[in-house]
Amino acid sequence: MAHRWQNNLVRNDITPEAVWLNRRAFVASAGVVGGLGLIGAGRARAETLEPNSFEDITSYNNFYEFGFDKGDPVKYAGALTTEPWRIEIDGLVERPGSYALDEIVSAMTIEERIYRFRCVEAWSMVVPWNGFELADLLTWAGVKPGAKYVAFETLYRPKEMPAQRGGSIDWPYREGLRLDEAMHPLTLMATGLYGKPMPKQNGAPIRLVVPWKYGFKSIKSIVKITLTDKQPETTWNMLQPQEYGFYANVNPQVDHPRWSQARERVIGGGLFSAKKPTLMFNGYEDEVAGLYDGMDLETFY
Amino acid sequence: MVAVLNRWVRHVPPWTLYLAGLAHIVWLFWLGETGGLGPEPINALERALGETGLKLIIVGLAITPVMKVARINLIRFRRAIGLTAFLYISVHLLVWLLLDVFLLSEIWADIVKRPYITVGMAGFALLVPLAVTSNDWSVRRMGAAAWKRLHRLTYAAAVLGAVHNVMLAKTWAAEPLTYLAVMIALLVLRLRWRTKPRSGNAGGMGRARQGPEPVGKGMSA
Repeated sequence: MAHRWQNNLVRNDITPEAVWLNRRAFVASAGVVGGLGLIGAGRARAETLEPNSFEDITSYNNFYEFGFDKGDPVKYAGALTTEPWRIEIDGLVERPGSYALDEIVSAMTIEERIYRFRCVEAWSMVVPWNGFELADLLTWAGVKPGAKYVAFETLYRPKEMPAQRGGSIDWPYREGLRLDEAMHPLTLMATGLYGKPMPKQNGAPIRLVVPWKYGFKSIKSIVKITLTDKQPETTWNMLQPQEYGFYANVNPQVDHPRWSQARERVIGGGLFSAKKPTLMFNGYEDEVAGLYDGMDLETFY
Repeated sequence: MVAVLNRWVRHVPPWTLYLAGLAHIVWLFWLGETGGLGPEPINALERALGETGLKLIIVGLAITPVMKVARINLIRFRRAIGLTAFLYISVHLLVWLLLDVFLLSEIWADIVKRPYITVGMAGFALLVPLAVTSNDWSVRRMGAAAWKRLHRLTYAAAVLGAVHNVMLAKTWAAEPLTYLAVMIALLVLRLRWRTKPRSGNAGGMGRARQGPEPVGKGMSA
């Protein structure tokens, strides 16, 4: 990569009891969490990002493999076994193969990234993730010249994922990114949050986080990564192509056909909190707008 | 068995339904305020209120079929069920207006631009005249036949409500589709009974055109 992501979060508050060491010691480099502020150069980042509580982040989830209700994942994800875990990396890579998660993780640098998370359903959270840049993993696997896209797949295991026994979605869950999006320093492979190993309802043991795109792009419990020269099929786009595009960039000016994307409900505000305006590219406009120069974002929603 | 049930049911005053509905709504607000509805209480409250309203409408519409098929007579609760459903749906609408959207400009934009809101508002609009005329005085003033004709709007409102519920999900989900299917089944049943009127039957709904029939206190909601 030409440039690594410069972390512009500062630690202005440290909460010692919230310091947790990940079971795989993932977070040795960035294990301190708490009331972290975000002070950035861009005007969108002039605010302070207050992470949602661990409770909020782990009890309000869309993980359709465990049921369609927000409360289903926390109820049913306990059945998921995440050890052992392997990720198959194939397609246009120099070193294809099936890798044990530990092998991958031990080759990566785990950092903390406090990101806004905006769901296509017009709600949002702030999550302190732990993880490594997808770019590092792709570089490690060796991207072949012809590769243009990265495709991801979630685990398919109906025995442990009850909703996979139903037929309304063509499992396994699939997502994809353009290679330049995948290589962007903001794009994270997250292995935990709040310094703890990734909770099962949040996509254990490893998931994608693409903070400038709607949440459904950030695929959970990944078992397969494929480098390809064709735009991959993605689950929500397959289900309702007129409503969920391949790009799915957060954009307050392009509404979902059935609801507005101009404002979002911040989770955890209680009964009497007002919605707040949604930011272009979820507040990461300075970092990512260049990826879409010359593209009509209404056509490529 | 049915006789016992019918006798027992006669001892339950219908007003208890209003009280139960009101208490449940207060309880839901209290849960929302104290974290019992999860980290996003506004949407949870909207859903709980809307879904309960929808379920009550289904129960209200099922009363005649239940009487015809199972001979269980719950007619005297129908008005209370209908009005309690209206209470839930009114509070559902108020939560949407005051706690969810709030901005007047956006409320109007939503009603015009968002089909699921348009459909929901249309369903609510149909319920208003039904709620207003759910009293003995209105039945007497309008006459039984006209009153029954007006209250057939319940089916239209019910289907609109169920469609509204299907449309706001991120994708086709089983539960909202089930509500819609039940609504349509009740409507089809109603239409069939209308084209093939049965004689000497206790249920009044299917025979509105066959001339006057007693519309008592219990029949009027």
